[in-house]
Amino acid sequence: MPHLHEEKIKFLEEKANQIRQSIIEMLVEAGSGHTAGPLGMADVFTAFYFHILNHDPKNPDWEERDRLILSNGHICPVRYAAMAHAGYFPVSELKTLRKLGTRLQGHPHRGSLPGIETTSGPLGSGLGQAAGYAYGAKMDGQKFKVYCFMSDGEQDAGNTWESAMFAGKCKLNNLIGLIDRNNIQIDGMTEDVMPLEPLCDKYESFGWHVLEINGHDFEEIVNAVEEAKAIYEKPTVIISHNIPGKGIKEIEFDYKWHGIPPNKEQAAKFLAELRTLGGKIKSEHQ
Amino acid sequence: MPINPKVKLVENVLEKAKLEQAPTRQGYGEGLLAAGEANEKVVALCADLTESTQMHLFAKKFPQRFIEMGVAEQNLATVAAGLANYGKIPFISSYAMFSPGRNWEQIRTTICYNEVPVKIAGSHAGVSVGPDGATHQAVEDIALMRPIPNMAVINPCDANEAKKATMAAVGINGPVYLRFARERTPVFTTPDTPFEIGRAEIFWDSGGSPSLRHSTLRVSDSMSSGRLSLDATIIACGPLVHNAILAAAELEKEGIKVRVVNNHTIKPMDEKTIIEAAKDAGAVVTVEEHQVQGGMGSAVAEVLAKNHPVPIEFVGVQNRFGESGTPEELIERFGMGVSHIKDAVKRVLTRK
Repeated sequence: MPHLHEEKIKFLEEKANQIRQSIIEMLVEAGSGHTAGPLGMADVFTAFYFHILNHDPKNPDWEERDRLILSNGHICPVRYAAMAHAGYFPVSELKTLRKLGTRLQGHPHRGSLPGIETTSGPLGSGLGQAAGYAYGAKMDGQKFKVYCFMSDGEQDAGNTWESAMFAGKCKLNNLIGLIDRNNIQIDGMTEDVMPLEPLCDKYESFGWHVLEINGHDFEEIVNAVEEAKAIYEKPTVIISHNIPGKGIKEIEFDYKWHGIPPNKEQAAKFLAELRTLGGKIKSEHQ
Repeated sequence: MPINPKVKLVENVLEKAKLEQAPTRQGYGEGLLAAGEANEKVVALCADLTESTQMHLFAKKFPQRFIEMGVAEQNLATVAAGLANYGKIPFISSYAMFSPGRNWEQIRTTICYNEVPVKIAGSHAGVSVGPDGATHQAVEDIALMRPIPNMAVINPCDANEAKKATMAAVGINGPVYLRFARERTPVFTTPDTPFEIGRAEIFWDSGGSPSLRHSTLRVSDSMSSGRLSLDATIIACGPLVHNAILAAAELEKEGIKVRVVNNHTIKPMDEKTIIEAAKDAGAVVTVEEHQVQGGMGSAVAEVLAKNHPVPIEFVGVQNRFGESGTPEELIERFGMGVSHIKDAVKRVLTRK
């Protein structure tokens, strides 16, 4: 992975903004879907698709590519948007999200869209798949990394911890997890629904190297992945502290935005906020 | 004897006491070892039941390709999904009650909908598990696996067939559910008995040599002449196929002509053989060590209701949980013995 210089950070910030705009445009067009999670993970996805991942959008089946497994499939609008902007498919196709015949299923389906590594949506089953993938790759001496993005809500699921225990046992150093720690889930705040803390201690006790980052700081994201790659005796999990709804002030931190899309008026307002960088510039169309 | 000569069963198939006995899970263990020798992509995962699911043979020969998962069946399925997605051909083993019993959604989403070739081996299926009781007697697993798109479902009739089914599953580029029993049961097929996934075999036919089946004597000919040479067809799967043959032999002595079909592949079902059997006999009895709701018999009924409706009687577990006992006692108690199959045939004849 190349050095992250000032210019690249600026580029990533602009990309993340475009991706957030696409997320709003997709969701209002679809009329259903999740808003808070995708906006909150937009910076992480931007960092991965435009800096971290070893991948080729024009050759999504390239054998040496890094594998990005999205366990919490419901935030797929951000993955679709990042993939489109990275060149996997036309940005215009984003508006087919959740519509009949689309490749952009409401929750991602591996067979529908090249570049989607696994079918996901039911929570708690991504880490096991990532661990199995990483195990197979290690058997064959493959060099690529397997990344697994998870939500914090799915840390409630038993399957997640079965997989964490397995990855720790097998010392899967080619597996790097990343938890979208935005503290919300459908029914409320994670610590009210089912307390997860101390989350770092839990993963450490399962045999993982644990890092914590601000998921809206590109340097922190990139540096954490660099460190994770250097850890050779165990898997690493990056707990990424994210703001749900990040980028739209009035919905940030609000768990009610977990599972709903904006209506047309809200979308227009949100897009204006993103296009003017929160009022810092006057025109929406510069 | 009305045994189909083409299926090359053991000669003394009716002498139950003299037949070699082996559990179908043993055939699985041998088949998995052979599959591993034939294909280096084959890997095996077990949930803390390595020896009782007979995976130890593979584990001993290929320790680098064997993965111990502990008592974690959901992870057993998801890790296998990941391995298959990468390019391996994983077999996963536990008791059927736990896999596919406990990890159904993982199997549906991360294996079947994800379109990856994981082979799921459910051991200890049926009430014949015996003294362990109902908690460990899976009698709903066929119903769980059958409706999932992309999934094949196979219930072999003896250890020889179990070995063949296991090896054949590797050749299916998709998920397969293999159902095995704990208890030793008669080994009545031979290594030469034909086995093909999706092809049911006529094992017994009192209505004439089944070798005529594909000859110039067409089913429609016998129908148009108004002459049905058969009274009923028993369609069975699993080790109870042997009980079905014993029942057919006794019925023949009573003047009732029966065909016995070994319907090992519940999905995709050999519809042609099933429909022909219904046309030739005009009445069907299904036999399985499973709840009659949603099992092999239900699948047969779906095929016949659409294509050639005939009266059907269902031998199997009748909406009850199992219990402790010896396997023989339980097969009788739950109405799947030879006498019960005969009774079902006689019942279905009154409905023709």
